[in-house]
Amino acid sequence: MEQIKVTIDKKTLEVPKGTTILAAAKTIGIDIPTLCYFSLGDMKIENKPGGCRICVVEVEGRRNLAPACATECTPNMMVKTNSMRVLNARRTVLELILSDHPFDCLICAKSGNCELQDMAHRFGVREIPYHGEQSKYRVDTSPSIIRDVDKCIMCRRCEMMCNTVQTVGTLSAINRGFEAVVATAFEMNLEKSSCTYCGQCVAVCPTGALTEVDHTRQVISALADPKKTVIVQTAPAVRAALGEEFGLEAGSLVTGKMVAALRELGFDYIFDTDFAADLTIMEEGTELLSRLNKHLAGDKEVKLPILTSCCPAWVNFFEHNFPELKDIPSTARSPQQMFGAIAKTFYAEKLGISRENMVVVSIMPCLAKKYECQRDEFKTDGNPDVDFAISTRELANFIKQANIDFNALPDEDFDNPLGVSSGAAVIFGTTGGVIEAAVRTAYEIQTGKSLEKVDFDELRGMEGIREATIDVDGFPMRIGIAHGLGNARKLLEDVRDGKSQFHAIEIMACPGGCIGGGGQPLHHGDSSILMARQKAIYCEDAGKTIRKSHENPYIKELYEKFLGKPMSEKAHHLLHTHYFDKRTKITIE
Amino acid sequence: MAEIKLPENKLNQLKEICKSFDNKAGELINVLHKAQELFGYLPAEVQEVVAAELNTPVAHVFGVVSFYSFFTMTPRGRFPISICLGTACYVRGAEKVSDEFKRLLNLKLGETSADGKFSLTGLRCVGACGLAPVVLVGAKVYGRIAPENVKDIIKEYEEL
Repeated sequence: MEQIKVTIDKKTLEVPKGTTILAAAKTIGIDIPTLCYFSLGDMKIENKPGGCRICVVEVEGRRNLAPACATECTPNMMVKTNSMRVLNARRTVLELILSDHPFDCLICAKSGNCELQDMAHRFGVREIPYHGEQSKYRVDTSPSIIRDVDKCIMCRRCEMMCNTVQTVGTLSAINRGFEAVVATAFEMNLEKSSCTYCGQCVAVCPTGALTEVDHTRQVISALADPKKTVIVQTAPAVRAALGEEFGLEAGSLVTGKMVAALRELGFDYIFDTDFAADLTIMEEGTELLSRLNKHLAGDKEVKLPILTSCCPAWVNFFEHNFPELKDIPSTARSPQQMFGAIAKTFYAEKLGISRENMVVVSIMPCLAKKYECQRDEFKTDGNPDVDFAISTRELANFIKQANIDFNALPDEDFDNPLGVSSGAAVIFGTTGGVIEAAVRTAYEIQTGKSLEKVDFDELRGMEGIREATIDVDGFPMRIGIAHGLGNARKLLEDVRDGKSQFHAIEIMACPGGCIGGGGQPLHHGDSSILMARQKAIYCEDAGKTIRKSHENPYIKELYEKFLGKPMSEKAHHLLHTHYFDKRTKITIE
Repeated sequence: MAEIKLPENKLNQLKEICKSFDNKAGELINVLHKAQELFGYLPAEVQEVVAAELNTPVAHVFGVVSFYSFFTMTPRGRFPISICLGTACYVRGAEKVSDEFKRLLNLKLGETSADGKFSLTGLRCVGACGLAPVVLVGAKVYGRIAPENVKDIIKEYEEL
């Protein structure tokens, strides 16, 4: 790579040709402020519309100021990032942005975690010299996400995530000039649109324009109600990220402290979604083997590849975009919903209480889970299997509200029986994990042999699309993995066109899988945080005594005492689901 | 699941338009242009079809339609009146002309009369700045218009 010499703030350095001023400055510790610019470098995700002009710098010989994020270094370029001209321009830009922004920071959901607020703080803005018309747009509330575009600064990060990365295509800038907003087609509400609720727009929004629907108050009400037994389940990815909200280093595992905090908050039983993940493997793995063995027996009708169905945003995505393939995904419900179904039947019976007096709360790294638990097919007589799904961020806030010194908490254990899980279940939290867990179980059931090595390194990693062939006693099982819905779309198109060679495909909607979910602590574009969370997940797996779902003793007991066997009629009724065609129909009058 | 309806012959013509541009998403503006010629405006249904045919998100199609003032989502009148509000026309009194049209027709810019006869839009520069202020009714150009001429222009079409 050709190296070129540039001088930034009197420091001369060499950078590869094509490096932006912003990136070059960063290598020598100069932090040029940015607002619209966003990058998850390791995941090849970047947004640089050059629109906000906060990052402008002075380039010698250039008439106007240059946006550092979108300007490449040229040989012998002389750059000033902090001249008076730059500082004045930057302040003016910021003041103009703020002049059309609501001043409700005190009660804004993003307060304390807002990049615009940080910028105002960094620049010491104490008054806004510009007074004029302010944007007024309705607030759009959906089951998962709230859009309050009056707080939008038109950075277009959400649009980039929704269109380029996820290829969902729900959000687009509309209108022009002062009227311009990011909205859906025909300005319909998100709920009516093709939104999958993956929450990646929320994960990258620098301000309070896109936030989650907060269900904490409903959970507090349930906890305060003496008639209710409140059960909590925690998704695998939460334990690998919750600590960040309490100042711990990314990748700190806080499973024990999280359990202690939940107990302190007053939940009656602290259970684990991981238990249900083991259950998912029993059902999904059995379904996989059943389809595979039919295929091997020469059945031409059997649908392959089988697609995982744990991710609710992914389910929404194929219901909207590939409804013709709706009999390809596994019919297994997601772990969240399997947990709810078992809790409100098996466990409610065991406690001798009615399902109406049981409240199931789930702690999720995900915003689509809020929508999922409200789906009609997961209700019995109007009562949902899972009552409320709150995000990792909401749980962190709840813990802070309750005066709990999280870091000083002792490590505590989940309750039995729905809190016991295998290492296979915990890796559900990262891309590649669900399929690795399925392989561990499917291999042993199919071959009757015990795996010598439980770790399948060939299934791990962060590449957007991965593939591997697993030798199942002489049968080469071809596996595909995609994370990020844009990558999923590519694999889906192959399946639709009959070109897919895979037997099984794992799909997770969010980049990185659940560890990068829309409900996780905000990473602000630092992809090393996602890597650290992934490492933590595999670390938790390695430390578990039980590593395979079918060896979880409480899962065995559940089948013996309640469900019968995997794919039994009862299991089908409680643990499986069906999908809908949600594509817009164009018909002839 | 949303459902949209279009008459069959129009739907086929619209698909033909998309096809004539090789169903390329990059030809979106050209496709919309032709589609508006066909339907007179671009209702949501038409945008849905265009999006499906060009394999591009309907939000993006709507983004383009809402960005360009030439595209409209409301049916235009039989006699679409466009008042140039470009710089030259504006400084020569286009706003007063516009106000007079609004007053006499009891319409706002962007609206169509209840009987479907007239619609009123503002546009930015038709390139006839020498004739400023300029008004268009359909393809007919009226130059150097003053508010007092407005009544006569409307009269021309009222009987038709």
